[in-house]
Amino acid sequence: MRVALAVPCYVDQLRPQVARAALTLLERLGCEVSLDFDAPCCGQPMHNAGAVSDAVASAQLWARSAAPFDAIVMPSGSCTHHVRHHLPSLADPAQGTHAARVTYEFCEFIAGPLRMPKLPGRFGHRVAMHLGCHAQRGLRLGGSSELHQLPSGPMHALLSGLEGLTLVPLDRPDECCGFGGSFAIGEPELSVAMGRARIKDYTSHEAEVLVSSDPSCLMHLEGIARARGPIRPSGARELRAMHIAELLEEATR
Amino acid sequence: MTPTHPEAAKKFLADPGRSDWHDQALWFIRAKRDRATDLPEWEALRDAGAAMKAHAMSRLGELLEEFERRAAASGITVHWARDAAEHNHVVRDILTAAGVKRVAKSKSMLTEECGLNPFLAAAGIEVVDTDLGERIVQLAGEPPSHIVLPAIHWKKEEVGALFHVHMGTPEGESSPDALAAAGRDHLRDALLHADAAITGANALIAATGGVVVCTNEGNADLGMHSAPVHIVCVGIEKILASLDDLGVLLRILARSATGQPITAYTTHVTAPRPGTAMHVVLVDNGRTQRLASPEFRSALHCIRCGACLNTCPIYRRSGGHSYGYVIPGPIGAILAPSVDLEAHRALPFASTLCGSCGDVCPVRIDIPAQLLAWRARVPAKPALFARLGRLLADRTRFERVGRWARRVVRLVPTQWFGGRWNAWTRPGRALPVVPAESFRDWARRTGRRK
Repeated sequence: MRVALAVPCYVDQLRPQVARAALTLLERLGCEVSLDFDAPCCGQPMHNAGAVSDAVASAQLWARSAAPFDAIVMPSGSCTHHVRHHLPSLADPAQGTHAARVTYEFCEFIAGPLRMPKLPGRFGHRVAMHLGCHAQRGLRLGGSSELHQLPSGPMHALLSGLEGLTLVPLDRPDECCGFGGSFAIGEPELSVAMGRARIKDYTSHEAEVLVSSDPSCLMHLEGIARARGPIRPSGARELRAMHIAELLEEATR
Repeated sequence: MTPTHPEAAKKFLADPGRSDWHDQALWFIRAKRDRATDLPEWEALRDAGAAMKAHAMSRLGELLEEFERRAAASGITVHWARDAAEHNHVVRDILTAAGVKRVAKSKSMLTEECGLNPFLAAAGIEVVDTDLGERIVQLAGEPPSHIVLPAIHWKKEEVGALFHVHMGTPEGESSPDALAAAGRDHLRDALLHADAAITGANALIAATGGVVVCTNEGNADLGMHSAPVHIVCVGIEKILASLDDLGVLLRILARSATGQPITAYTTHVTAPRPGTAMHVVLVDNGRTQRLASPEFRSALHCIRCGACLNTCPIYRRSGGHSYGYVIPGPIGAILAPSVDLEAHRALPFASTLCGSCGDVCPVRIDIPAQLLAWRARVPAKPALFARLGRLLADRTRFERVGRWARRVVRLVPTQWFGGRWNAWTRPGRALPVVPAESFRDWARRTGRRK
């Protein structure tokens, strides 16, 4: 299957290994991956900050860049959510609607169009799963506690399907990590307090690995885990933060 | 000047033990709500709730007039108040005409919105809030921090100290049973000696001309059933067309609010008791203006259950007072900006847009969408976003600036970026380890990309 890999601006600059893992895995799964999609950003940082007019140019570039492709994969639930829900109104309606239709979150693409809800692989660790809120409640890629659903969805299924992997039960399986884009800077104390609480939940269930659908949540949570603070119960092992693409790539080598 | 949400939240978080405790207390209610709403028909009930409110709002004028007609026919006097000031004057005039000196008031967020208590106090009328939580914050001289659990931010030891001063409980007494008993005696006294009762309303029923009041403490009933004058203060959006709609409301309200199937007391008053007077004050105070806004209209559907507060990780960790508005939490953050956008400009941003509030709302108000819409209306955005928007719309410049910025960050010692001014690192969050090569540069170097 021919597919374009869209690499969000901050992944490109700050966590390129996520995009490389996504590329490697998609090729391993038999995809022909184009890297010619090079619009930097879907416009979400400006849009969510309320600066709607400042978001239009990048959103429009994103939508226009999507025109030649029938499938675009993004290793971020949040950016995918923004493309799907806001590009039709933020960008040219026809181009925005096309972009919204062909863009998939990474796990959603593997389980959906690729029809591989389970991958053969092994990952012998205790893993805490954090589905980003926009993947969770925006794209409905996971069961929500508010709706009385158990953790589920493509990412959950892909993880559960790996040999040796234990998904640790969490006290609050779908609580926000506190990143929230400009919220992380606008309300930093609150943002970090929320992240600390998430990490406490992971480590108290003896997770060794934190895996997320969203590099942004990960950047925030990893930063908190790395900073010295009273977040790790004494003796708990270091928490390794991985994007789902990195984990799946490593597990299926 | 009142502090903005980030300032107030930071202050609340300065005591991490307290913030964690507050978070846990509200999460406990959220978990109770999850169990109580785990019904096969729950999503259908939410649909019915949304539909009945949308219907009532679409026929607001008609239904209110139908209510007035039927209520008047049963001997209830109906008053109309354009705004908070008019509401306060109407209430004061009724009380003054009846020679009232002492009022027993049960919970009403509308009277908080209108500032009724200080207004009546200035007119020489004593108001005792008879909901125990409300009484706690009243004695402490604070506004409620939650719309259903007004004193949720108070620890039992603190309540003990407050009651010791005001009710003479033994010093150091903090057993909830003993404090509740003292509160009950104290409030009984106020209820029995009140010259008038003021209550809020959870619903007005157009088809019956009746008023529905839900409490767990029975304090509204004790008040209205013992005082010779009963005044109901209510926002016009509380109107429902029929008793069928009331059935839906009662099924979703307490389940969402406290995880109970129904409140302990649910009273449908359709006429004054013989020999007493009953008044209903219908208050607009900006509601019809909201009704005219397609974008924000559905916020009028709110039944004030508080579920969005309990589920909100920001509310739970920053406390109700951090919002600086009478209604805190996600629903407050979309109501307050229409009252004063400049004063409340931080509230639409007091959210990560995680979406949990929208998913617990029993009448399906799309709170996250309205938060985003309010953000767009806040004037004077930081110039940063205009610059960022231009940068991210220019492929070549984005890559060039990225290359340059990463080089600088990698050359400069990390601690240089860790000062007080850096909001990312200040509360204890390390900067990401910046890579030497971006993905796009890697793809180009390896010939994967032109």
